[in-house]
Amino acid sequence: MSNGLIAVAMSGGVDSSAVAALLKKEGQPIVGMTMQLWNQRRLPELSTETSSGRCCSIDDVYDARYVSQFLGIPYYVVNFEDQFEQHVVRPFVDDYLNGRTPIPCTLCNNFIKFETFLEMASGIGAEKIATGHYARVSFDEPTGRYQLRRAVDATKDQTYFLLGLTQAQLSKTLFPLGHMLKTETRELAREAGLPVAEKQDSQEICFVPNGDYAAFIAAYAAEQGIALPEAGGDIVSQAGEVLGRHAGFHNYTVGQRRGLGVAAPEPLYVIATEPASNRVTVGSPADLLTTRLSIRDMNWISIAAPSDPIRAQVRIRNRHIPAPATLTLKDGLVEVEFDQPQRAVTPGQGAAVYDGDLVLGGGWIA
Amino acid sequence: MAYFDHNATTPIAPDVLAALVPVLSESYGNASSIHQHGQRAKQLLETARRQLAARLGCSPKEIVFTSGGTESNNLALAGSYRHIITSSLEHPAVAQPLARHPNLTVLQPNADGLITPAALQAALRPETGLVSIMHANNELGTLQPIAELAALAHDAGALFHSDGVQVPGRLPLNLNALGVDLYSLSGHKMYAPKGIGALYVRPGVELQPQLFGGRHESGRRAGTENIPGIVALGAAAARPLSSLTALRDRLESGLLAAVPDSIVNCAAAPRLPNTTNIRFAGLEGEALVIGLDLRGFSVSSGAACSSGAVEPSPALLAIGLTREQAKSCIRFSLGESNTPYEVDSLIAAVAASVAHLRKLSPTYV
Repeated sequence: MSNGLIAVAMSGGVDSSAVAALLKKEGQPIVGMTMQLWNQRRLPELSTETSSGRCCSIDDVYDARYVSQFLGIPYYVVNFEDQFEQHVVRPFVDDYLNGRTPIPCTLCNNFIKFETFLEMASGIGAEKIATGHYARVSFDEPTGRYQLRRAVDATKDQTYFLLGLTQAQLSKTLFPLGHMLKTETRELAREAGLPVAEKQDSQEICFVPNGDYAAFIAAYAAEQGIALPEAGGDIVSQAGEVLGRHAGFHNYTVGQRRGLGVAAPEPLYVIATEPASNRVTVGSPADLLTTRLSIRDMNWISIAAPSDPIRAQVRIRNRHIPAPATLTLKDGLVEVEFDQPQRAVTPGQGAAVYDGDLVLGGGWIA
Repeated sequence: MAYFDHNATTPIAPDVLAALVPVLSESYGNASSIHQHGQRAKQLLETARRQLAARLGCSPKEIVFTSGGTESNNLALAGSYRHIITSSLEHPAVAQPLARHPNLTVLQPNADGLITPAALQAALRPETGLVSIMHANNELGTLQPIAELAALAHDAGALFHSDGVQVPGRLPLNLNALGVDLYSLSGHKMYAPKGIGALYVRPGVELQPQLFGGRHESGRRAGTENIPGIVALGAAAARPLSSLTALRDRLESGLLAAVPDSIVNCAAAPRLPNTTNIRFAGLEGEALVIGLDLRGFSVSSGAACSSGAVEPSPALLAIGLTREQAKSCIRFSLGESNTPYEVDSLIAAVAASVAHLRKLSPTYV
């Protein structure tokens, strides 16, 4: 079945709609598909007035369907709720309950958008998938590798969330917006007359209403019969001095300042959450600084795993400016030594390794 | 494009359309009016009622026209009963109205997809007021032993309702012989349009109206009669049945021969002559449905949810399949316009698609 068919992952937002419009304009054979990932009627205690911008809201499916009709392309909604729960929601909750701060978007990319969706696309006879991610992919003849590069629009670059992509996945993936500025995407959507051209961008974690992840964890744990950690424990200084009480360590994130309820002469920040001792350790801004971290499950993308130490830049949060560092492979981990101390290195978050625009690879902060 | 999803809905048959169109343009009277426009509408209404009664083997006055199968089921189930028995195979139009009942027994089918008389007998109680078991399952095509089940219900002093929307377009019916008290049907499953249906009500059965207004349909269903829809339903009921058994069997045996590891669900049960539900081990039915659609074949898998995504069919889970197994099932439902050529093309397309999907599947060895 060599027909060049491209399956476009359509969320109902302006970016993926623009991708469909762009490919259609180029005359490519395309099919639009929306992933149904989470049933918003589950956990009704979390329901909010505004459903738009949340994953799989009926409004977003309506928009994606409308855009497909407008473009005259076939369109389907595919149900990945089982896989999304298994690979994204459950690990998200488990991570928090184990004192880590997960990034579900990366898990979703690794296991759903570039795995389950890619399989579905291949299954229906498509040869490639296209998404609205801001990133660039190209094939490098000398090394024989598909390379991932940061988006031209630095403010929209999403490579941090794509750090798990494999060569096989990249070989079947198109990111048509990687060369465009967001303003150009909107302009393209307007010129094409897309009904979603002025739609607001979605922001938070899609299945967590209003970004209130603690409420989500509580509701999901209750539904699944997962025991939550003790509601109370000590908030301690790095010296072990008890400064106050916390309401369950899973409600805290490294680097968090607000909501500690501890009076102190200088601002206090969460340094670590410790499931074993049920403690939350706090300290000064200086205590948040570290120069070293280890990356586990490193996925090398644009280069093969280097045998010698390399110089690169490492990004430890989506909004973090990649910081120069020396990387050394050791015992299956990548040991990172930053040139300058970095703030709030958070276990469970991703670490993406760059050489300028080029994404060398990425993994998880151990 | 070849359409193999007639249990979802049927196209309007050409002769039904021919009866319907002049009514839309010319016979616009209100059947309650005294003048000749009204009288003409009333004649059309009662002619259609007689046509439908003849098809169902009942008396015209036992028919209440409704807006479709969902309304018929809601109307049939609205009475107050101390205990109700139903099955896990029911369509949401039965399952949802009953879900709020505080004293409900839900019977499970056996592995062949059948609700056995013994299972019903064991569930009947002195206070059982109503039993509702669907006649033919939309997903599996299985036909329940309605006459036996209805007799058992009556012996226990209970009324018997059956959701029969899949049956009148496919099989001869005699509701008097079947012995049901209430029977729901739908126009768009039998080559009439959407928006029209009917409820059979045995004399002496008290209905609790759900719409309040004028005294239409002998006070059982208020609202100006949908004369075009009713005429179309009557015309559909007056059409001869075409036998689809040979074509279905051609499809079924062709698929089993062309696709390894394929199993017909509930093959041992009596089934509708137009339906086959097949499990293709090791693949996602959703991908097969979409792949076939892109090649011009309309089939279905599971139950559509509000977004349009597919959920595993409750009926398939009810006969004991796992979620994974239920997701790998496809329903093929034939109609009278399908041809042997279409069937053979479908077999070839399914065989190619299944082979392609299994090659990609990490779980299929």
